[in-house]
Amino acid sequence: MNGASRLVLAHFWVAFAAFAIAVPLGAWQMLVRSPLHRWVDPELYYRAVTAHGTTLAYVFPTLVAMGFGYAVCAVSLGRPLHAVRLAWTALWLVIAGAAIAMATVAAGKATILYTFYPPLSGSPFYYVGVLIAVVGSWIWIGLMVSHFARWKRDHPGLPVPLAMFATTAGALLWAWTSLGVGAEIVLLILPNAFGWTSTIDAGLARMLFSWTLHAIVYFWLIPAYVAFYTLLPSAAGGRLYSDKMGRIAFLLLLIFSMPIGIHHLYADPQIGPGFKFLHAVFTGMVAVPTLLTIFTICASLEIAGRLRGGRGVLGWLAALPWDRPLVLASAFALVMLGLGGASGLINMSYALNSTVHNTQWVTGHFHLIYGGSIVIMYFAIAYELWPRLTGRPLVAPKLVRLQLWTWFVGMLVTTLPWHVVGLMGQPRRMAYYDYSDPALAPQAIWVSLSAIGGFVLVVSALLLVGVLLASHRRPIAAIPPLAFSLAIRPPRTLPASLNGFRVWMLVVVALTIANYGYPLVQSLLLPSTGVPAYRVEAR
Amino acid sequence: MAETASERAFDTVERSERWWAYAVALIVVFLFAVIIFTGLHWAAQPPSNVETIDASRLHLAGEFMESNLGTAVQPDGSAIVRVLAQQYSFVPQCIVVPTETSVVFRVTSPDVVHGFLIAGTNVNTMVVPGFVAEVRTRFERPGEHLMPCHEYCSVGHEDMWARVKVVDRREFARTYGGQPRASCERR
Repeated sequence: MNGASRLVLAHFWVAFAAFAIAVPLGAWQMLVRSPLHRWVDPELYYRAVTAHGTTLAYVFPTLVAMGFGYAVCAVSLGRPLHAVRLAWTALWLVIAGAAIAMATVAAGKATILYTFYPPLSGSPFYYVGVLIAVVGSWIWIGLMVSHFARWKRDHPGLPVPLAMFATTAGALLWAWTSLGVGAEIVLLILPNAFGWTSTIDAGLARMLFSWTLHAIVYFWLIPAYVAFYTLLPSAAGGRLYSDKMGRIAFLLLLIFSMPIGIHHLYADPQIGPGFKFLHAVFTGMVAVPTLLTIFTICASLEIAGRLRGGRGVLGWLAALPWDRPLVLASAFALVMLGLGGASGLINMSYALNSTVHNTQWVTGHFHLIYGGSIVIMYFAIAYELWPRLTGRPLVAPKLVRLQLWTWFVGMLVTTLPWHVVGLMGQPRRMAYYDYSDPALAPQAIWVSLSAIGGFVLVVSALLLVGVLLASHRRPIAAIPPLAFSLAIRPPRTLPASLNGFRVWMLVVVALTIANYGYPLVQSLLLPSTGVPAYRVEAR
Repeated sequence: MAETASERAFDTVERSERWWAYAVALIVVFLFAVIIFTGLHWAAQPPSNVETIDASRLHLAGEFMESNLGTAVQPDGSAIVRVLAQQYSFVPQCIVVPTETSVVFRVTSPDVVHGFLIAGTNVNTMVVPGFVAEVRTRFERPGEHLMPCHEYCSVGHEDMWARVKVVDRREFARTYGGQPRASCERR
């Protein structure tokens, strides 16, 4: 893969190693707070939640995005990567930052959950670790942008390949959105942790965190969408319906995923109704690129199905090559995206959110979208890349399909009951619930079911690691090189607006100022809102 | 002729994409019509009063002093319930409110971020120290609701549960009417 194989493999292996630790922690949490287990020391539970969330929010998806980004860069631009040593440095920074943060959590010095809402505070090592990991990912952003720019310079007038265009959009999205949590840590949390300030503004901290909290999900989503647009159509034996629509979808994601974070704060008292409503409107807009994507992908699959002899209104579905991991995973991902999208529409609906805000419904929602849709596409990407990276075919295609099936079924069994108990009013993030209380007793059966789903997911995660490991030991074989899908009408020339980001980044910055400027300034001007930090530490 | 056939196919692509774009726009507009209608017509708005308070002096004076917490019936017949959310309990732990009455909850925190949720209702707000959260509601039927904290507020969060007892308007006046600040315990 143009000399990038070792680099890409290293990213994926570190990512999956972190994943393999974090998933069993999640399943353990579901078990111990269900009626199937006695109560445990709550501090241990919250410590595990912190480790699970921090790993799966800041480390695992970042590494997959980075590794896949390098692969896209090397293959779609068709030339070797430059500054490979810098890329390795970035990887080591992410590993070092993650190790520092995780060691702090494991020692019980930062039991503050991955959202670390001040005035809760942990050891400064935790925040510094997270920051170092984020700085590592910033190097990757620089590398993606410089590869993009250099290729454009050397190929004036030619369209940048869609996969690279989309990956760069994801990198720019992350660059801008990671500033929120970065500012929260550097300006509010660390000065307080080092004793330079005596109080911390909890409302302002939540606002800065919301700057990152929503768009980060779109940063996680971009690799999945890149696979939908540029790998799935050819894996299914067809072509991409529209290259242009793909570009428009990625640009809309870049623009609209950022100025909407306050929809996480609908129930917060420090923000007025006007800006909450504004963010609700923009959240509605971010549904547009996803609806466009679903159309384009289904149309591309229909082309593939009909080319393979499928007939009739739905006959093309049966004709698709369901034995290919990417096709199977994409179908599962679309189903989970549909369900999770529907619950998301409820969350974003301004007033309707009150019914489900901060209940288990929300946990169900984001596990379905991220843990379900996005992560299953990460698996599919790994299965697609592995033979190209190792030069060896995947072991046991049947096991690969079983792995995808168990993840899909496990995720549904885990998350659908969460939605149900959320509607019953079960709050999230509690170490245990007293199911002997008649008011909570009806939730017991759902929570137990959900815990079983968690263990199906553990089996699936182990299966993934097993398949990938075993595939390294297959004999070398002739593997066709990775090729990105062709559009039915590949663009010959493109307007500058669909081939670069200069104007769009200005739009992103302007929208952010418009949607966050007033609430942030208001928050800075309000009197007496600071409170002393509260240090959470294991006894 | 092949050229024209493929040109026609591309026209089909563009036409279908245009139709889908219209459909998407329609879906989004419909969602907003519903949100705006309910927001205005039912006055369904999230709690957003942007009211600050000095969290370090709550216990010394003002509306969140201990003697002032609980349900206060107003001269116009409505009720204001003042609640303190703190690590790891609510004060009062058992709130009593009358049915068919306009109720305003005013909640704040002296320490960290908490959540305030009355199960089975739409009463749901974050409680951020330094701010007063205000939620308006009305209970139509008597009954008992759980009232858990729904934001992690450090180890002990899992024990932070309270209850809301909704009693018939007339019974409320009989039993708790004489008290300046009512909670479940009769004094």
